[in-house]
Amino acid sequence: MSELLILNGRLVDPAAGIDEPRDLLVREGRVVAVETPGAFAAVEAAETIDAAGCIVAPGFVDVHVHLREPGQTWKESIATGTAAAAAGGFTTVVAMPNTVPVNDTAESLRWMLDPARGSQVNLFAMPAATLGSMGVTLSDYATLAAAGAVGFTDDGKPVLEDHVMRAALLTSGRLGLVVSQHAEDTRLTGGCSMNHGAVAFRLGLRGMTVEAETRIVERDIRLLREIEAEDGVRGRLHVQHVSTARAMDAIRAAKADGLHVTCEVAPHHFTLTDEAIGDFNTNAKMNPPLRIESDRLAMIAALLDGTVDCIATDHAPHARHEKEVEFERAPNGITGLETALGLALRVLHREHGMSLTRVVELMSANPARIVKLGGRGALSPGSYADLAIFDAGAEWNYAAAASKSNSKNSPFDGAPMLGQVRATVVGGRVVFRG
Amino acid sequence: MPGVATILMEGTFQTSPYAPGSLITVASLSVAETSSILSTTAKLAAMPAAEKATLLAGRRIALLFYESSTRTRTSFELAAKSLGATTTLVSDKSSSIEKGESLKDTGLTLRALGAECIILRHNAGGAPFVLARTTGLPVLNAGDGMHQHPSQALLDLRTILTRLGLDATRVDETSLKGVTVTITGDIRHSRVARSNAMLLPRLGAKVLLCGPPELLPEEALTLGEGVEIVRDFDTALRRSQVAMMLRIQRERLAGLELDLTEYTTNYQLNEDRLARCAPKALVMHPGPMIRGLEIQGEVADGPNSAIEDQVGHGLAVRAALLVRALGVEL
Ligand SMILES: [Zn+2]
Repeated sequence: MSELLILNGRLVDPAAGIDEPRDLLVREGRVVAVETPGAFAAVEAAETIDAAGCIVAPGFVDVHVHLREPGQTWKESIATGTAAAAAGGFTTVVAMPNTVPVNDTAESLRWMLDPARGSQVNLFAMPAATLGSMGVTLSDYATLAAAGAVGFTDDGKPVLEDHVMRAALLTSGRLGLVVSQHAEDTRLTGGCSMNHGAVAFRLGLRGMTVEAETRIVERDIRLLREIEAEDGVRGRLHVQHVSTARAMDAIRAAKADGLHVTCEVAPHHFTLTDEAIGDFNTNAKMNPPLRIESDRLAMIAALLDGTVDCIATDHAPHARHEKEVEFERAPNGITGLETALGLALRVLHREHGMSLTRVVELMSANPARIVKLGGRGALSPGSYADLAIFDAGAEWNYAAAASKSNSKNSPFDGAPMLGQVRATVVGGRVVFRG
Repeated sequence: MPGVATILMEGTFQTSPYAPGSLITVASLSVAETSSILSTTAKLAAMPAAEKATLLAGRRIALLFYESSTRTRTSFELAAKSLGATTTLVSDKSSSIEKGESLKDTGLTLRALGAECIILRHNAGGAPFVLARTTGLPVLNAGDGMHQHPSQALLDLRTILTRLGLDATRVDETSLKGVTVTITGDIRHSRVARSNAMLLPRLGAKVLLCGPPELLPEEALTLGEGVEIVRDFDTALRRSQVAMMLRIQRERLAGLELDLTEYTTNYQLNEDRLARCAPKALVMHPGPMIRGLEIQGEVADGPNSAIEDQVGHGLAVRAALLVRALGVEL
């Protein structure tokens, strides 16, 4: 029996309402006991982690990562992307389907989830909401769900047509799974490469308006209402990477109305504004784009007031040569798995007073619930032994060159971080030590 | 709490240095540097041609043009030749660019072939930064997308100083005090407008922007200190010593609907309007002009016009920029 002891740490387990010194005993990949310090003095475990001075938290869950495999392994592979995840304290990631080819069949889904791919952490996936993510024909949700799908998305693109999105919400709702929507009305964003506003004007770049995001969010909320009234089905909408105050207001109102809407915010959207583009820094180019200060503050307010369900990185690696081009030609996306905790603690915890419990909840319990991962995102006895052990007070600077990702495209290269991962445990196995 | 974003952003810019002789945007051009460029320009203008032709003798300058251009290309080319430099023209129509070579690789190839400075015209804003950072060579921006056209702003500055009888050999923060410049037309798509609206206020000028909301959004107010939007052309002209006209860039309108008859009625600079509102104003246009649209032919050719002067000053200013780029002290 392989046993692991985690001693002397401060357990922060939002699901159990615990923020106390606790020792944990792990056996066969599960948490078997959580006790006051010293309770396991007589246990002789095969391995012990001394977590003195550290937070012991449920391993982080990221419902939005791009692992680029199959098809674009020069950017990232399942093995390298999940190694970066482990380094960031993530024990579970959900892969987006915009691979080459698009993950839209049970066969491609099983291939992706196969242990032979070498994932370092628990890997789940959201297959495409529509075949080829072309926005026309729904993929086979029931078959995909049976093969392990935890939701459906065309991320990178929206499901644009009303009737297609309606069908997606209806079909997935019947299965109890989310449709994860990249909310961008692409009819309004052609030729745009950043946020619409003063900075875009100064740089002479075409900008994406706030309306491009809100129109899709408001439309999707309307569809949820409609299918609940007309079809008696409770649809589940998850809004990805919310970036504007107005879209957030719409989500807040929909939640107050009792609709099943969840949403995520990416660390770059609560950390940076479009000013970070500076002199056309392509490492600050992503979609949705960095917005203005009032939007950034609105993301933080919504993270604090409970409107936001989770933090998701939208880890979107691109090779250096792909980013070393004219701004308008550069692909959208930045890496995010290794910087999420350091930014969340610095900006949300230190600068805006968010409790550690809430930070951990946004990164573990809540995202696990959105994609219905039972036994994850919590550390009560019986749970999977997925843990993030971190020093919440450690100050360090992120060095993109040292990233475990195949790509180093981060706007946070050299930026100060607060909180450093000391160990990541997946299913009772230590997969990262820092 | 803007401080937080600032702290985090400090280490985040793609900050690889680029050669100091580069000129990519007037945003990073100090008043002192502007003054020094004007002083070099004046010295070069006064220099005998034979002496001038020795300054860059044997030096190699590449012109890399991803967008068609007659005026700016010829101006840079003649300026380089007047200094004795060898020039090579690479355009996207006749090179490996057509085969999909990246800007970085094209730049590295030019460097390997001995280019010491690259003059770049590109349809994508910010392209000169990519070229300057990847090659380490001094890069002169000859117009990038809708972003900047710094040599145009400098030649416009020299034109204004000269025609208003001001000292064109040096400037400071008050050189253009009391001078109001109205820039009228398609501000939204104009790199010339951006460069001028950033540069002129720093030297004390008042800049008024004029045009319909489709071509002149409110964001333009942030371009420079004290910039104002005046929608009524007559009102703007009455306050102005300089009227700078811009053409409508139809190729960039991208679905924008514009009634050209109405535009012409409201914003064309014609003899009647000029006589009524600003009979003494200096008339400028960076070209290419659409006579009969934003400007009446009679005005372009009339006594107020400085349009031909602009071309002449373009040669002189660009020669100064090349001398500066290649680190030659006069
Ligand atoms: Zn997306």
